[in-house]
Amino acid sequence: MNINMDMDMGPVAGEKSLLNYRDWAALPRKSCREAYGAALRRLGEINDQVVVLEADVGNSTKSVLFSEAFPDRYFNVGIAENNMLGVAAGLAACGKIPFANTFAVFATMRAGDPLRSLIAYTGLNVKVAASYAGLSDSYDGATHQSVEDLAIARALPNLTVLVPADAHQTVQAVMAAAAYRGPVFIRLSRAVLPVIYKEEAGFPIGRGRVLRRGADVTLIACGYMVYKALQAAEMLAADYSIKAGVIDMSTIKPLDTALLREAAEETGRIVTIEEHSIHGGLGSAVAEYLIQHHPVPMRLLGLPDVFGESGDYEALLTHFRLDAPGITKAVADFCR
Amino acid sequence: MSEMSELEKLQRMCRVVREDILRMIAAAGSGHPGGSLSAVEILVGLYFSRLRHRPAEPDWAERDRFILSKGHIAPALYAVMAHAGYFPREELLTLRKLGSRLQGHPAKGRPPGIEVSTGSLGQGLSIGVGLAVAAKLCGYPWRTYVLMGDGEIQEGQIWEAAMSAGHYRLDNLCGIVDRNYMQIDGSTEDVMMLDPCADKWRAFNWHVIEIDGHDIAQVVAAYDEAASVKNKPTVIVARTIKGKGVPFMENKAAWHGKAPNAQELELALSQLY
Repeated sequence: MNINMDMDMGPVAGEKSLLNYRDWAALPRKSCREAYGAALRRLGEINDQVVVLEADVGNSTKSVLFSEAFPDRYFNVGIAENNMLGVAAGLAACGKIPFANTFAVFATMRAGDPLRSLIAYTGLNVKVAASYAGLSDSYDGATHQSVEDLAIARALPNLTVLVPADAHQTVQAVMAAAAYRGPVFIRLSRAVLPVIYKEEAGFPIGRGRVLRRGADVTLIACGYMVYKALQAAEMLAADYSIKAGVIDMSTIKPLDTALLREAAEETGRIVTIEEHSIHGGLGSAVAEYLIQHHPVPMRLLGLPDVFGESGDYEALLTHFRLDAPGITKAVADFCR
Repeated sequence: MSEMSELEKLQRMCRVVREDILRMIAAAGSGHPGGSLSAVEILVGLYFSRLRHRPAEPDWAERDRFILSKGHIAPALYAVMAHAGYFPREELLTLRKLGSRLQGHPAKGRPPGIEVSTGSLGQGLSIGVGLAVAAKLCGYPWRTYVLMGDGEIQEGQIWEAAMSAGHYRLDNLCGIVDRNYMQIDGSTEDVMMLDPCADKWRAFNWHVIEIDGHDIAQVVAAYDEAASVKNKPTVIVARTIKGKGVPFMENKAAWHGKAPNAQELELALSQLY
């Protein structure tokens, strides 16, 4: 893929050191869940207050990597997600830092009540690691995919909502969540994803990051869609001469509204891209702010009002036009 | 002080607490008198006899933990806490009023002494398991108490928690079921049968103590027995009467969640026994 050296294009000078490569097509790939499990274990080594809860999917979420090192601080409560969040609440109420693991769909919808009325309302220092989010559990189909979790999580007062974009950011999000005092929802991918960020890039909670400056439109994405947006930005430049900026909005709540305003002022058009329903997620959060404070034309890319289905992950993303060509076309049509 | 006089003192406290409950709920114009009145001996026996706590120092690290899983009987808890010295008794009449610390269901730290927010039924025992696990993990000596309603244990999460408490052999955890046989829509046995209640807990590897939940001596003795049981959690199934102490409220599902008006309050206070 061509690297455009125009100063208005390409990675931002100040943020350059955070990024792995500039050739988005040729990035190495790493498993986010393996990175997550390793991060938990490392966290266990440096902080003895960290305890880990699991609802019988430890080999999937990779919380099992923590259990191997710290069996005494690992509690597999069985297939009982509600109880898991309740037990996590009790542990947090006397100073522990619990990481509770399950799939995003169960964390928000089966255990939505303890997540809301117990953890968020009480403001307990529980970290909910919501794995297999979006379409990343692609073959299992709609029951195990999660395209509504951000809508639910970000509606809950007190809850901080993080979406790391790759394996390195997953590690940094775990560390940032542990250092942060209060309930945190971390949306995690099952997938092996291109590594956009350098290992040491950090995870500034509450701050979006400009990964590429634009002039015509800003693509605001989270999770795996950040990579897709970077790819699309290259295609837009090469094929349509559209200068698209890219922001990684890795914290959905609290939302970096200052950065949103800046992007709206700079490019006058905003496109959000998320592996989630367009109802209630990142796009809605961005729109809620902009419509009230700096209205600009917007498009929301994500799943329309439908459930996912079984299939190859990339094929599924293509099906929902969440691949780089699909995003490129939608943005080009929008900017025309 | 003789044993007898301590019991008498507790009994007198129960009566005062019942008066406060009725006055609070009447002043608020809404609330849950039935289940509040049925749990008075359970709460008084705990807060004034067996719970290790320091009302003037609510965050005392070594305190026993109490979780009100049946959060709708907050008036009973608030009344007991006020008499124990957590906050001024006058504040009781602010229940459910805008700006009051006394929320309709208990909210953490409002007032201090409320460990976590409860009210969505079925969650408290899980919290208790988490607290008891933490205490075991760190070798803390304190105990955890969780008060559940009997209708509440129809919630599936209670049995998830019960299973885990048995699994982890949490002998530092004591559950109490306020077994008044009534829930909003009628008798528990008509709505969704709970008996044999004690057998259910035994099947989940709990030690079970069945008592008359209005006999303060039995209540206190049950807490002592629970503390002496090793390697398994204990549940006290306390047979109680919904609306206990006010004849026209007793065993009436209609008084689950209805406030007495001024006239009914007067009648209730005059009949209170």
